[in-house]
Amino acid sequence: MSEVNSPMSKTKVIEIEPLTRVEGHGKVSIHLDDNNQVHDARLHIVEFRGFERFIRGRPYWEAPMIVQRLCGICPVSHNLAAAKAMDQIVGAPRLTPTAEKIRRLTHYGQIMQSHVLHFFHLCAPDLLFGFDADASMRNVFALINLKPDLAMQAVRMRKFGQEVIRATSGKKIHGACAIPGGVNKNLSIPERDALLKDMDQMKKWAQGALVIARDYTLENLSMIERFATFSSSYLALVREDGALDLYHGALRAMDGGGNLIFDQADYRNYGDFIMEEVKPWSYMKFPFIKMRGRIDGWYRVGPLARLNCSGYIDTPEAAKALVEFKSLTGGRPNHMTLAYHWARMVEVIHCVEKIGELLNDPDLQGEDLAVKGDRAEEGIGVIEAPRGTLIHHYRVDENDLITYCNLIVSTTNNNEAINRAITSVAKSHLSGAPRITDGMLNHIEVAVRAYDPCLSCATHALGQMPLIVEVFDTSGVLIESRTREK
Amino acid sequence: MKRIATVSLAGCFGCHMSLLDIDERIIDLMKLVEFDRTPLNDLKSFTRRCDIGLIEGSCCNEENVATLREFRRQCDTLVGVGQCAIMGGLPVMRNAIMHSDDPLLECLEEAYLNSRLVYNPTNDMPNDPALPLLLDKVYICSQVVKIDYVIPGCPPSGDLLWSVLTALINGTPITTPPGGVKYD
Repeated sequence: MSEVNSPMSKTKVIEIEPLTRVEGHGKVSIHLDDNNQVHDARLHIVEFRGFERFIRGRPYWEAPMIVQRLCGICPVSHNLAAAKAMDQIVGAPRLTPTAEKIRRLTHYGQIMQSHVLHFFHLCAPDLLFGFDADASMRNVFALINLKPDLAMQAVRMRKFGQEVIRATSGKKIHGACAIPGGVNKNLSIPERDALLKDMDQMKKWAQGALVIARDYTLENLSMIERFATFSSSYLALVREDGALDLYHGALRAMDGGGNLIFDQADYRNYGDFIMEEVKPWSYMKFPFIKMRGRIDGWYRVGPLARLNCSGYIDTPEAAKALVEFKSLTGGRPNHMTLAYHWARMVEVIHCVEKIGELLNDPDLQGEDLAVKGDRAEEGIGVIEAPRGTLIHHYRVDENDLITYCNLIVSTTNNNEAINRAITSVAKSHLSGAPRITDGMLNHIEVAVRAYDPCLSCATHALGQMPLIVEVFDTSGVLIESRTREK
Repeated sequence: MKRIATVSLAGCFGCHMSLLDIDERIIDLMKLVEFDRTPLNDLKSFTRRCDIGLIEGSCCNEENVATLREFRRQCDTLVGVGQCAIMGGLPVMRNAIMHSDDPLLECLEEAYLNSRLVYNPTNDMPNDPALPLLLDKVYICSQVVKIDYVIPGCPPSGDLLWSVLTALINGTPITTPPGGVKYD
């Protein structure tokens, strides 16, 4: 098989474009041979930002504010990851209790709203109405019409998460929560009370969402076990004692059998563990764990990876939910792509519980918001974003200007896994089919959506792109070269 | 009933998220409009002509330009939503890399060749025909097509979007919520 492909060769290519009900821009191509057998399917990231290049020369304190604008779905994650890197630049390895707790509060708020948005607004139509449902049914508007009570719960749960973000950041999207060494504001008593009054309702609804995701998985288990289920390695931050921790911890990686590849690795050494492969058909790179090698080193991140990697959860309801989740696979890693949904709802419960704990903590009204110490030249911030491990790396010169930036975003970590998932589903559902239907193609998108890819984030990679495109036939012979007209 | 289409070009999806920040009012919106092509449903192309098109983001590749022109053809009123559509926002920052003799080469080498974390033994750049060609610069929407209204903000708040949208739908004068227009 050739890495490049041509519309002029014998290979037929089906494109799903644009991908819908995912955040951001991407497309899928499915490659069929003469006998209509699928031999490959690819997720293409087709846009670029150039962040790592154009942030160079900017003052370091701008990074947490600018970088969040890579992504309107998880801006808080980028704000926090950049701020964690800049904490090291300004010499603040330990924040004040108020600062760390405000950051955690906003982070839990964002994971809650992001997971709810993904599960209800984007995916629920597939799960509730069927992958083959008519295209006019597969959207949140149909959900509102057909299941108005459930849809309203979803709207209000997301609203609650967004209100947590607004209370800590000033606005719901692209706010100003974290700064190098701390945070901008604390939480006032009226802000706290406005959130507290909804806590009981949120806990109840989070349980309800968990039940939907769990029951869906259990009732459709025989399908789910065959739908893009494959063994892989997993990567996540975990706390020192192995508990789930979405804001801070050390890296743990395990293989498909549940054996640790590394554990409690300081994330500032991420370059010792991870490399990224370049492939010609996507602007998104393919990370792999160095010691496992380029071929076998790919891994998954995100809710499924976090639950697989975490020994336990430190909030009571989520702890119970985790035990039940793990019991499905007898404590061994769960490899089912569609189990991401269940895992996501376990995390929603955890976030709601954490928000409840934090709101009752008087440290949130503290006045010590930021600290500074000895200036450093390099900072690396890592956080568990809604979609998985997010890595920010910066170097800063003596004039406070950024000289180097490297980002590995959550969705990039899942690149190989998403490609394997869609290839697997394409082979099982499209191969040999006399006619490709809309419902069949939606199966491919269902597999993509399970990973909740943030294609907005994934477009951050470097700036201006090659202006020459070369077309090869399947034997690799150049048959056409196109140059952009200036 | 009015018909509405939305798209995110070179943007972060934050303006679409802000549209969802109208929260419970989404039910009222559904009584006023039908959604045609939007990333919130599975319509991949226009099914018919629309009254209002909402554009998030600017143009960074040839697909963005084609999509924007299609929206202009299919929509009576085109609204640029958010800073990226209006002034380029974060994506346009790449236009400012001017100090180098060959900024493109510098960018490519940094992304795909130079980093010690990159594995790329053939030193090839992404060049598959499936990838749309990038534009030499990021272009704002009004450089490509006529834009009828703009809603500033990064992103504009859900309240502001609601005010403008309902006014456009009902054909009434646009009033903005107090302090609701921000140019961040």
